[in-house]
Amino acid sequence: MSTTMDHPVEQVGGVTAKYVDERLGSNKFLGRNLGKVFPDHWSFMLGEIALYSFIVVLLTGTFLTLFYNPSMVEVVYNGSYVPLKGVQMSEAYASSLDISFEVRGGLLIRQMHHWSALIFVAAIAVHMFRVFFTGAFRKPREFNWLVGVGLTALALGAGFTGYSLPDDLLSGTGLQIIRGILQSIPLIGTWAAFLVFGGEFPGTEIIPRLYAAHILLIPGIILALITVHLMMVWTQKHTQFPGPGRTNTNVVGYPLLPVYMAKAGGFFFIVFGIIALIGGLVTVNPIWIFGPYTPDQVSAGTQPDWYIGWLDGALRLMPNWESVIAGFTISWNVLIPSVIIPGILFTGLALYPFLEAWATGDKREHNLLERPRNAPVRTGIGVAAIVFYGILWIGGGNDVIAAAFDLSFNVLAWSLRIGLIVLPPIAFLVTKRICLGLQRKDREKLVHGYESGRVLRLPHGEFIEVHQPLNYKELAIISAKEDLPVLPAPVKSDADGVRNPNYRVDQLRHKLSSFFLRDNIERPTDAEIEAGQAHAAHSAGLEAPLHEYEELDQDPVGHGGVLHHPGMPMTNQEQVDQRQ
Amino acid sequence: MNEIIPGSGANGEAARDGHSSAPAKLGYSPVAEIPHRLRVTDTDPKAARRAERQVAGMFTLSMVFVILSVIAYVLIDKYTVVYIPVLGDVGASNVVLGFTFGMAVLLIGAGAIQWAKKLMPDVEVVQERHDMVSEKEDDNLAAANYERGKEESGFARYKMIRRSLIGAMVLLPIPIIVVLRDLWITPPGENPTEILSTTMWTKGKRIVSDGTYMPIRPEDLPIGGLVSALPEGILEVQEEEHNLNARGKAAIILVRMDPEQIRSQQGEGWDYNGILAYSKICTHVGCPIALYEQRTHHLLCPCHQSTFDLADSGTVIYGPAARDMPQLPISVDEEGYLIATQDFAVPVGPSFWERDKA
Repeated sequence: MSTTMDHPVEQVGGVTAKYVDERLGSNKFLGRNLGKVFPDHWSFMLGEIALYSFIVVLLTGTFLTLFYNPSMVEVVYNGSYVPLKGVQMSEAYASSLDISFEVRGGLLIRQMHHWSALIFVAAIAVHMFRVFFTGAFRKPREFNWLVGVGLTALALGAGFTGYSLPDDLLSGTGLQIIRGILQSIPLIGTWAAFLVFGGEFPGTEIIPRLYAAHILLIPGIILALITVHLMMVWTQKHTQFPGPGRTNTNVVGYPLLPVYMAKAGGFFFIVFGIIALIGGLVTVNPIWIFGPYTPDQVSAGTQPDWYIGWLDGALRLMPNWESVIAGFTISWNVLIPSVIIPGILFTGLALYPFLEAWATGDKREHNLLERPRNAPVRTGIGVAAIVFYGILWIGGGNDVIAAAFDLSFNVLAWSLRIGLIVLPPIAFLVTKRICLGLQRKDREKLVHGYESGRVLRLPHGEFIEVHQPLNYKELAIISAKEDLPVLPAPVKSDADGVRNPNYRVDQLRHKLSSFFLRDNIERPTDAEIEAGQAHAAHSAGLEAPLHEYEELDQDPVGHGGVLHHPGMPMTNQEQVDQRQ
Repeated sequence: MNEIIPGSGANGEAARDGHSSAPAKLGYSPVAEIPHRLRVTDTDPKAARRAERQVAGMFTLSMVFVILSVIAYVLIDKYTVVYIPVLGDVGASNVVLGFTFGMAVLLIGAGAIQWAKKLMPDVEVVQERHDMVSEKEDDNLAAANYERGKEESGFARYKMIRRSLIGAMVLLPIPIIVVLRDLWITPPGENPTEILSTTMWTKGKRIVSDGTYMPIRPEDLPIGGLVSALPEGILEVQEEEHNLNARGKAAIILVRMDPEQIRSQQGEGWDYNGILAYSKICTHVGCPIALYEQRTHHLLCPCHQSTFDLADSGTVIYGPAARDMPQLPISVDEEGYLIATQDFAVPVGPSFWERDKA
């Protein structure tokens, strides 16, 4: 009799819930977490797309392993694809052709695998932009940013190793370039290339080795890191954008059960379904056209998968520098674009949260996202990096672009080389200016309200422009801006003449902090905001009698806490009360 | 609920400092409660029923598509190609399977989201956050445990143990790295530099054309023509070694130009009556090259656009390659077939650390 009393879950979850709980104590976890609140915003779906496309990659990849044969043993093709009949090729390529032509649904799964891998990397990139530009990487989420950077690098590795497996002419050319890059590494490069390829290029080892990395090593680490990534999001609770009722110490959104689960779960099926549709309808990587790999053949206009394009562009745009020092060759023309530049970009990416926190001296916990305009230097750096990346990416297709638009190849290449150096700083400055302009506009809105554009003649003859107060939502968003003063300049020695041992470091930090913060347009004080909004409400009120009959049917606008408009939308509590 | 705490102190210290003295609430959110508007499905029972039917309809349709996809799998011949506007000639089985399965999955997702948006409560809920930093109590407990561990193990006291353990842990990964050495099982006496510096070409080795593998006579090559070529016996070597390594190094191109137009070569008399042999492997990162412009005698790499002037010793005239394209000295044998007179004088393909030691 008392069992159901002891286990109220049994009434809703049946015997299973009780059975599991008695063994794992799971209800403690469920009780705490089934109602866990997740904030909602369209940009939070970007990371979800990455996660779901990865699941699709795993599912489709598992299917492919059942048919794919990672062997470089030469066989004679005798499948149904007529143009290649009788051609010598590796078993890897032959089995990839069989997946495409003989296995029903094989081509669909192969194309879904490729498309979802492309989407996986793309979703990671835009998710990272969202996290960067909204400052979501700030304390306490720096570790998760690092995990994210690691996942990005692994995603590129997963993509590249997978792209190489069919052993077609295109993928082999990619491996040939990798061989060249390995050989450019000083001191160990030649041996590194021989070890990786199990001897001379192309050898017979590389496909089985890439296969092991592609289906075990890399996805294993990705899976582990994704788990850590999500556990940290869970523990730290998701960040939220500023808005009504949202503060740095609360989280406003929908509970896990049922709304978030239905939305996130449903979204998984949407991503999965769209990938299946694309995989069925849009051809990707038609390996049968390229033919089997042989190191002395290539086709013109070859392009790697999109996420490798920037590295290829870097290789193309680099001047042909090489030096021989003490008889040893250093191929700067390969080393810089393919090893040093990616190394710098990824290191910079990984360190950025720590650099910014150190430079601004910001040690607070941030759970409210920052609007990009309110961090002009960060936004500028991000845009500059995207421009840099974008130019390299365009460079990766410069032959195709030159041919398509009938441009002089040399002029295009030189424009890109110069642009690579000149445009990122310009992008930085322009972005920063735009951000500061938006900050000024925001300040304007807070202390004067909206310019309605309507001019009113008062009874005593005075003309005024009507300003309208901000609505509650905008007021909450704009006023959430946080200001930090520049770190004070250090003194060389104190009053007693004792030298400051950290002077140089402090001076650098002061300068960096000034670089980040000095142009900030300060948020008005709360009193100024209240006064400004009240004034705007007053001016709008003057106009009100003229047209109140016009607006009777329209949605009323809540005027914040300043004027409690009788038509303000219902609050949560009122709504819940009404339902009951 | 709607108290407002200013964002920063006068000198910013309070604001910058960690959790304890930081403002509890950042942001100015004067509306205490989160506003909410009722949906049509909240007020109109008819609309709610309509939404219910929509959701159930989507889930049902998903089942229909599953059945259709199985039927398509069984009935559509896998080799049937159909023409579909925009998509072109495509495999019928692939398109139908992708469409039906994709719709089956998509409709489950669409139904779930419609359900959540129209019928589940859309009232936002507020939960409090807590600073990530541990409570003082836990902090103390952790410190005490750590201290106890340090004390009981004597980690601080036993210097010798500590240092030898650190030493052992540092050395442990070495064998793991060392065993990677045999990623390349090196045949006795071989080293990478030598392998990269030699190819199949030897004195008197006949040049055969790629594809037909037949020896080439000078008169087979018209002026302005380009032929991809390989050493005679390449197929036997491939057969014997079970790889394409020899091919990757020995591939050459033959071009013929008016001898007057040859401005320079890498060696005296390395051409044969205006026929020049150059490596086909780019000196940048190793792509095979075959784009030849006969009027300018330029050879362009399709991968990174390095351009070589074959009338002028194969020098780089544009692009990221740093080294001239290696030239192979050629002649004809007594039967009148083109032959190599020696191996390449320099290593072919991408540069490497020991290249100039070779």
